[in-house]
Amino acid sequence: MSDGKDFIAEASSNARQAPVRVAFVTRRTSPAVKTRDEDLVMTYPEVFFRAAVAVMSVAIVLVWIALLFNAPLEGLADPMHTPNPAKAPWYFLGLQELLHYFPPVFAGVLIPGMVVMALIIIPYFNINIQAEGLWLRDRKRRLRIFAAVVTVLVVFLAVFEVWVALAPTVVIVALMLWAAYSAAHPETKRRIPAKPVSFWIMTWFLAEAITLTAVGTFFRGPGWSWVWPWR
Amino acid sequence: MRVFPENYVRQVAESRVWKSVFRSGTGFSNLKRSRFVQQNVFLHLFSVKARQRVLDFSVTWYLGALSFATFAILVITGILLMLYYHPSVPQAYADMKDLEFVVSSGVFLRNLHRWAAHAMVFLVFAHMFKVFYRGAYRPPREFNWVIGVVLLLLTLFLSYTGYLLPWDQLAFWAITVGSNIASAVPLLGGKIRFLMLGGNQVNANALLRFYVLHCMILPVTALLFIAVHFWRIRKDGGIYTGVPTTEGEQKR
Repeated sequence: MSDGKDFIAEASSNARQAPVRVAFVTRRTSPAVKTRDEDLVMTYPEVFFRAAVAVMSVAIVLVWIALLFNAPLEGLADPMHTPNPAKAPWYFLGLQELLHYFPPVFAGVLIPGMVVMALIIIPYFNINIQAEGLWLRDRKRRLRIFAAVVTVLVVFLAVFEVWVALAPTVVIVALMLWAAYSAAHPETKRRIPAKPVSFWIMTWFLAEAITLTAVGTFFRGPGWSWVWPWR
Repeated sequence: MRVFPENYVRQVAESRVWKSVFRSGTGFSNLKRSRFVQQNVFLHLFSVKARQRVLDFSVTWYLGALSFATFAILVITGILLMLYYHPSVPQAYADMKDLEFVVSSGVFLRNLHRWAAHAMVFLVFAHMFKVFYRGAYRPPREFNWVIGVVLLLLTLFLSYTGYLLPWDQLAFWAITVGSNIASAVPLLGGKIRFLMLGGNQVNANALLRFYVLHCMILPVTALLFIAVHFWRIRKDGGIYTGVPTTEGEQKR
């Protein structure tokens, strides 16, 4: 698609003197739609009614949960009496688990800050937009870089004895090596080997988040010691 | 002539009063259906037409709609809970007991609010990962992704500020643990914590601040960002279906 002609709007506040112009339609401000022979449906009722069914479904499920399970309520807040362990809400327990290993500046400020920054900048990097398969090209060099990064990460986690975070890392690394192996052998399936680097980083992050949150929620007892939830 | 119920409906819909309220008029033609969306200040955030593939469950898992559903439930139950709640110490905790033993359906109200809050945090995370794995963050949708990250943070802050309000042991120590993290920020840590709590420890001031944040500032902010989030779906070419529709967008 060629660039549209560049219009320059009149800069006169007097609407009577400036030429009457109904509308400018420029490429940047118009909705970015360019359908290519795709079937269209009317938003009302097709989309709205389906969304309404989804909304009602979640409402019904939540009402049932609310009828069956009571929200927790403990005794009156007492600043003199610290429960052991004192736990944050579940979605922060991954962070609290990290605080157990690292100094607060690192685990409480640097890591969450970096995660938020990383999430925000994802769509602004061409490498994430083109989403080229990590192991499909230039494999030897990338394997060397990968080995270096993994070594640094594993040593770092081992030094701080963060076995909880090391376990998912090892799993993801094994998956990536398997993907690299599959990419080198074209007779195997191509779906996983064609995954881009952003996919692997996000999957690693997801695995870490789930593991750390689960450990913080279920496997931590008094003094943040390891407990088995079924005992 | 026999009078059917739908005739009454039509009569109402064609009355002067109805027409003065709803600008779109009535009827079932596609023009009327378009006007129903386009001429409504809230619905016009959405496009009049959508691609057929958007309806497939696998495209979105309806996670965005479900997140919004939990938000709506939270607003409704939250407003009702506000009628029975005083953000003061120790009355806040007494109000929890009143909800349990005095207020009709008070337990149900609080349960629904609590579980919907957990569901919202989970659904918003799930929505984010679904969008990522489908590659829907790529241009021209990159800024809507950023708005989504802001909404994720707002969801977490909303849940976190609400966590303190029952003023029980669980609430008090969870917020104590959380606010101690804030004090780890280099140089400004102590100041941030003081600003957050209105003091050096979790007390009545903190409860009031969290109440104002939870019931006013954060929900209104979230609503504004949700509106922009929805509007940008339309402006960025509709929900991403995996089929290229715009320049610079390619199939994965």
